[in-house]
Amino acid sequence: MIETAFTPWQSLGGGVLIGLAATLLMLVIGRVMGATGILAGIFAPASLHDASWRIAVLLGMVTGPAVYWLATGGMPEITVPASTPMLLLGGVIVGVGVTYGSGCTSGHGVCGMARLSPRSIAATLTFMATTAATVYVVRHVIGG
Amino acid sequence: MHLILVYLVGVIFGTGIVVSGMANPAKVINFFDVAGSWDPSLAFVMGGALVTTAIGYRLVFGRARPLFEGKFNVPTARNLDARLLGGSAVFGIGWGIAGFCPGGALPALGTGRWEVFAFTAAMLVGIFGARALQNLSRPKPAAA
Repeated sequence: MIETAFTPWQSLGGGVLIGLAATLLMLVIGRVMGATGILAGIFAPASLHDASWRIAVLLGMVTGPAVYWLATGGMPEITVPASTPMLLLGGVIVGVGVTYGSGCTSGHGVCGMARLSPRSIAATLTFMATTAATVYVVRHVIGG
Repeated sequence: MHLILVYLVGVIFGTGIVVSGMANPAKVINFFDVAGSWDPSLAFVMGGALVTTAIGYRLVFGRARPLFEGKFNVPTARNLDARLLGGSAVFGIGWGIAGFCPGGALPALGTGRWEVFAFTAAMLVGIFGARALQNLSRPKPAAA
């Protein structure tokens, strides 16, 4: 088990930035800031115009760690507790789930919930529950 | 012009994600590990993002249209179906195993860490596998 520090203010600040980005994307081009939809749409864009904004958002997202580095002088901490096979398995499962579920933490959990969309509220409650159950099984039933 | 703004929106999102801790699987998994090394930080991410987006959307939807598009492009479906709930349940299992969600992983690509690229590649396999299955079960051309 890997302990992580409780960072309420930093996490709250990051959350406000996420919310600010979601608001601005809606203001500028009227789109939902959902990572799943933005990524998947790049590979099957409706038009060149449609592909261009998705690629622009993605390039911006990837710039995040550089901004963090400029501000703090260090890279954001990334610790992966999962083994490589489990990381890959988890990745495939996430990809299947967000495709059938039409969204993820950003699309449903932030943008959809903020609009009080019943679908997004149900989706978020569902994946939060299965994530918690999975972590319990991996850490306390299998992992011991 | 609008693509530069959209890029900057992506930068804000990506910075928020890495600052908040959502790009760190150890932190994500600890949020769900109430029975073990619990780290409640992610509640502050979700809280900050949700409140900001809810207020921001309220202001933005007061406008007739976005700055650079003719209309807001927001999902309108309200019905709950097995596909949404099943997909979301599956997504949670993958998130619990790997600790990355799409919105956490995409900005983290900017750190250059191989684990993030491995996860993202596996997730794309899942997304395209699921899309292929959906197209098989639905002969009509699927809407993107």
